[in-house]
Amino acid sequence: MSRAEVFWINGPVLKAHSEGLFRMKEAVYVGRERLAAEVIRLDTGSITVQVFEDTTGLRPGAIIEGSGMAMAVELGPGMLGRMFDGLQRPLEAIAASQGDFVRAGVEVPNLDRDRRWRFTPLLKEGAAVVPGQVLGEVEETPAVKNRVLVPDGVSGELEWLAADEELRLEDPVARLRTSTGTHEISLLTRWPIRTPRRFAEQRVPNRPLLTGQRIIDTLFPIGKGGAGAMPGGFGTGKTVLQQTLAKWCDADVIVYIGCGERGNEMADIVSEFPRLEDPRTGRRLMERTMLIANTSNMPVAAREASIYTGITIGEYFRDQGYHVALFADSISRWAEALREISARLEELPAEEGYPAYLPSRLAEFYERAGNVVTLAGSEASLTAMVTVSPPGGDFSEPVTAHSRRYVKSFLALDRERAQARFYPAIHPLLSYSEYVLDTARWWQDHGGVRWAQRRERILSILQEQAQLARMVKIVGRDALPASQRLVLVCAEVMVEALLRQSAFSKVDRYCSPEKQSKMLELVDDFIRHAEQAVQQGVDPDLLLTLPVTRRLQRLGEDIANEELERFDELTHEVGHAFSSLAAGQTETPSQQVLPE
Amino acid sequence: MMDPRQHILHRGLTSIRGPLIFMRNAEGVGLYDRVEVLPSEQDDPRLGRVVSISGTTAVIDVFQGTEGLSLTGSRLRLLPEPILLSVGPGMLGRVYNGVGEAIDGGPSIVAEQRMRIDGEAINPMRREVPSEFIETGISCIDAMNSLVRGQKLPIFSGSGLSHDRLAADLARFARLRASPDLKFAVVFAAIGVTFDTAERFRSEMDEHGAMERIALFLNLASDPSAERLLTPRVALTAAEYLAYHEGRHVLVILTDMTNYCEALREVSSSHGEVPSRKGYPGYMYSDLATIYERAGRIMGKPGSITQVPILSMPSDDITHPIPDLSGYITEGQIVLDRELERRSVFPPIKLLPCLSRLMNQGIGKGMTHADHPAFAQQLYSSYALARQLRLLSSVVGEEGLSKADRRLLHFGNRMDREFIHQEDQRRSLEETFDIGWTLLAELPDESLIRLSDAQIAEHVTPRRDDTAVTLQD
Ligand SMILES: Nc1ncnc2c1ncn2[C@@H]1O[C@H](COP(=O)(O)OP(=O)(O)OP(=O)(O)O)[C@@H](O)[C@H]1O
Ligand SMILES: [Mg+2]
Repeated sequence: MSRAEVFWINGPVLKAHSEGLFRMKEAVYVGRERLAAEVIRLDTGSITVQVFEDTTGLRPGAIIEGSGMAMAVELGPGMLGRMFDGLQRPLEAIAASQGDFVRAGVEVPNLDRDRRWRFTPLLKEGAAVVPGQVLGEVEETPAVKNRVLVPDGVSGELEWLAADEELRLEDPVARLRTSTGTHEISLLTRWPIRTPRRFAEQRVPNRPLLTGQRIIDTLFPIGKGGAGAMPGGFGTGKTVLQQTLAKWCDADVIVYIGCGERGNEMADIVSEFPRLEDPRTGRRLMERTMLIANTSNMPVAAREASIYTGITIGEYFRDQGYHVALFADSISRWAEALREISARLEELPAEEGYPAYLPSRLAEFYERAGNVVTLAGSEASLTAMVTVSPPGGDFSEPVTAHSRRYVKSFLALDRERAQARFYPAIHPLLSYSEYVLDTARWWQDHGGVRWAQRRERILSILQEQAQLARMVKIVGRDALPASQRLVLVCAEVMVEALLRQSAFSKVDRYCSPEKQSKMLELVDDFIRHAEQAVQQGVDPDLLLTLPVTRRLQRLGEDIANEELERFDELTHEVGHAFSSLAAGQTETPSQQVLPE
Repeated sequence: MMDPRQHILHRGLTSIRGPLIFMRNAEGVGLYDRVEVLPSEQDDPRLGRVVSISGTTAVIDVFQGTEGLSLTGSRLRLLPEPILLSVGPGMLGRVYNGVGEAIDGGPSIVAEQRMRIDGEAINPMRREVPSEFIETGISCIDAMNSLVRGQKLPIFSGSGLSHDRLAADLARFARLRASPDLKFAVVFAAIGVTFDTAERFRSEMDEHGAMERIALFLNLASDPSAERLLTPRVALTAAEYLAYHEGRHVLVILTDMTNYCEALREVSSSHGEVPSRKGYPGYMYSDLATIYERAGRIMGKPGSITQVPILSMPSDDITHPIPDLSGYITEGQIVLDRELERRSVFPPIKLLPCLSRLMNQGIGKGMTHADHPAFAQQLYSSYALARQLRLLSSVVGEEGLSKADRRLLHFGNRMDREFIHQEDQRRSLEETFDIGWTLLAELPDESLIRLSDAQIAEHVTPRRDDTAVTLQD
C-alpha cells in the first residue's frame, strides 16, 4: 500500500512526502487515529490531502496510508430513516461509540453489516440481464423498497439468484455469467462520490414536483428532475421552506443535507419527521427520508464532501426508478468550505476570495439533478433544491449569481415579508421558474384546466400592485381612482388568501392540489365580482370590510384538505355578499362600526 | 496529568510579527498544542498555541501579547496538549481573567478535570430540541420572540445603546414559568469591554444577591486583543462544566462579540491570509459557529446552555459581516434601535428585524397559551403595516391616509409607548398578553386576518369598549 509522511500541517490541510502511487481524490487515512482524508494535490514526491476530521494534535511524521480507492459511499439498504455525517458515517453509531460529542478518529461501518434484510427475488435464474435491471428487492422501510440492481457495466446470464430469504449486506444475492467470467453481487455496493452515476437518457423535466405550497405549485413550479435555488438573508425562511418541501413534496425518497448549518435544525427533523404522516401514502415521513448532517461547527472539509455524499445516494435511489428530491441547506456553506481549503492551499482567489473553479464545481453539482430514463428503462428523477445564504442578503454575490446560471427555479426570499411574518417570504416579482410551460401541460392533463391563465393573471395583478404602491407613496392611496384601488384590493386579498401559508399551521402546512384549485377558483370569483361591483360604483375599499373577504383571506387555515365541500358554501356566500352590495344593503362589516 | 516542568524550554525563536512567533527546531510539536512563552527568566508565562507546522518550523499565536519578547532572551515551553481549562466545584461566585485564571484573590479552583476550551461538536443525534419557555419578563421577547432553554439568541446593538442594561435585566428576570429555578447560573464573559461595563454588571448582580450564581470572565479593553479569541471559549467551557456536570441551566452572556471578531481579523491579517468581506477572514462563519453552536441541550443531561451574545453593529449596519454571519448562525436576534433609544423607550427593541427561531417549539397550548402564536403573528403583521404607514404619512401627511390606515398608525404608536416600553419593570406573560390584546382591540376585524373568529371573540371583542373612547380621529 502507498504511504506518505506528513511534514506540513495547516488546519485540515496536510502535505506529506509520498512513496508509491497515490491518485487524485483517493481516500487516505492519517496517523494512528486513521483520520479520514482525501488527496487533493499531487506533486513529484509529495501529496497534499484534506482531512475530514479534527486535526488537533497531529504531528509531522504522522503516516498517511493510501486506500487505492476514490472517496466513496456505501450503497445498500439501511440508509432511510437515519442520519449520517458528511462522510456517510452513521451519527447514531458514532454516539454509541463516542458519546454526546463528535470526536476525531471514529471507525464505524457506514452501513450496518449484521442486519438481515428479507430479499424477494423478481427474476428467474437463467434470465439474460443488463445493467440497472432489477434482480429483486428488500423492504428497506415500509414506505420504500430497495431494489437490487445489476451493476453498471455488467451484463450476462443470471446464473444464480437468492431465494426469498434473509440476507446480510455482504451476503451474495446473485451470480451472473458474463463474457469475462462470473460476477457475484451482494446488497452492498460502493460508488465514488465525485463521479455521477450513469443513466440511459436524460429528458427535460415534464411534470411538477408537487409541494403542497401554493406559491410554488401555482406560481413557481419546480420540475421533477429540476434544480432550484432559494436565496435569502438570514431568518427569511430558507430552512423552514426546505423542511416543508422535504415533508410534503410528492417525491418517493428524500435526501436532506444539513451542510454547515445548525445542529438544532437537524435534531428538529429527527424528532419531528417520525411523527408526521405522508398525506399520499399514510406512511411516516421518516421512512422515505435520509439525513446528512455536517453542522457549522463540524470539520469544514467534510462539509465540502457532504453534498457529494448526498447526491450520490440520491442517484442510487433514482437508479432504482424512484423520484428523489434532494435538499441541501446551504450551498453557500459548501462554497465557503471550498474557499477555506483553497485559501490554505494558497491558490489565487477569484471573486470574493472564492477559487476560480467555484462556478464549474457548482455547475457540476446542479447538473447531477435530472429527469432520466434509468439504465433499465424506467422513468426516474433527481430534483435538487438548495438554499443560498448571500452575505448581507445581497443577491449579486458569487454563489447566488453563479447558481442562477444553472438552476431553473429561483425562489427569492424577501427580508421585508419575513419581518412582517408573511410566510413563505418568497418575493413573487423576484422569483421565477422555467418549468412553467411543461407544468402547464401537466396541469391540463390533471384537471387544473385554467392553471396557466390563472397564474398569468395573478402575476400581472402583483406586478400592477407593485407599480401602484410606488404611486401611493407619492400621492396617498385615497388619491388613486377607483379602478386602481380595485387592483390594490384584489392584490391584497389574493396575497393573503393564496400566497400566505404557515408551515406551522396543522391545517395549512400542506395544501392538496384539489384544494389549491378550489382556492384559485374562489379568488378568481371574488375578483370577477369585485370588478363588476366597482364598475357599478362601489368603493373598492369597502370590499375589504366585507366579512366574506375576511373569510377568503383565512381560507388556507380555516378549511382543511378534507373539507372541500365547504368551498361551494363559500362560493355561494361570495355571490350573495356581492349581490347584497349591489342592492345597496351592505351587511355591517364587523361588530364594530368605524367611527365616522 | 502532565507536569509542565518536565518540558524542555526552547529557544529557537526566529521572528516575531505582531501576535505571531516563528520558531525552528520544533521537533515533535503538534497542531494547536499549547505553548507557554516566557519573555525572560522572571516573567510570568504567556499563553500561545501552535497554528501551523512546516517540517521543523512552527508558527505560534501568542494570545497575551508579544511586547517585550526578544529572539534571544525569550523562551518557549512546548506542551503536548491543547489549551485546557481546569474546572471543578465552586466555579460560581468567582471572577476570572480572560484565560480563566481566578483573579479575585480567592483560592484557585480545585481541578476536578481539565476540559478543552475549543469544545467539541455536539452530535446532532444527541441534541434535545430546545423547547422550555423562559419567561424573561420582557414583552418583546416573551410574547414576540420567545426564548427557550438551550437557544442562542444574540442582541444586535450599537455603540452607546443600552444593551448592557437589557442584559442585566435578562440575567435578573429570566426564569421558567413552571418552577423556580434553583439550578440557574450565569456565565458572563466580558470581551474587550471597559472596566465600567463589567463592573456595572457585577455590582448590579451583587445588589440583587445574585452574585453567588455568577462566574465572570474578564478580558477588558486594556487586555491584549488576541486573548479575546480565548475568552468566549474559556467561558463556554466553564458553562459546559456547570451545565453537563453540575446539571445547571446556564445563561451565557458574551459581550461584545464585535471585539472578538476584530481580534480575529487582526490575527488573520498578521498571518497574511486573504481576507473576505471588510477584511474579516473567510472562515469567520465557521469560527463563530464553534462558539455559538455550544448552546443547546443534550439528551439525558439535566442542564442546558442558553447563549445571549451581545454585539455592536458597526455604524448600526445589520448587513455588516459581524451581525450578518452571527445572524446566519444564531437562532434569531433581538435588535436594538437608536431612534427608540433617543425617544427614551426602554428596552429600545426594534421589533421588525427581531426573530426567535425556536419560538414555535416553546409556545402554544400547554406551554404558554393556545393563542400565543396567532397573537404574535397578528401583532407583527399589524405593526409592520403601521411602520410602513408611518413612513408613508411622513410623505403624504396623515390626512393622505384612509381612516383605516390612521387607526393602524395610531396602533403602531401605542405599541412603541405601551408594549415595547416597559422600563426595568418585569412583566408577567399574562400582563404582556393583556397589553397586546388591548392594543389589537383598536383595530377592526378586517385588519385581524391572523386571528380566528373565535380568538377575536375571546380576546379582542371584550376589550373593545374602552378603547373606542381613546381613538382620536
Ligand atoms: N413558511 C413559514 N411558515 C411559518 N413560519 C416561518 C416560515 N418560514 C420561516 N418562518 C419563520 O421564520 C424563522 C426563520 O426561518 P429559517 O430558520 O428558515 O430562516 P433561514 O432563512 O433558514 O435563516 P438562516 O439563513 O439564518 O438559516 C423560522 O424560525 C420561523 O419562525
Ligand atoms: Mg436556515
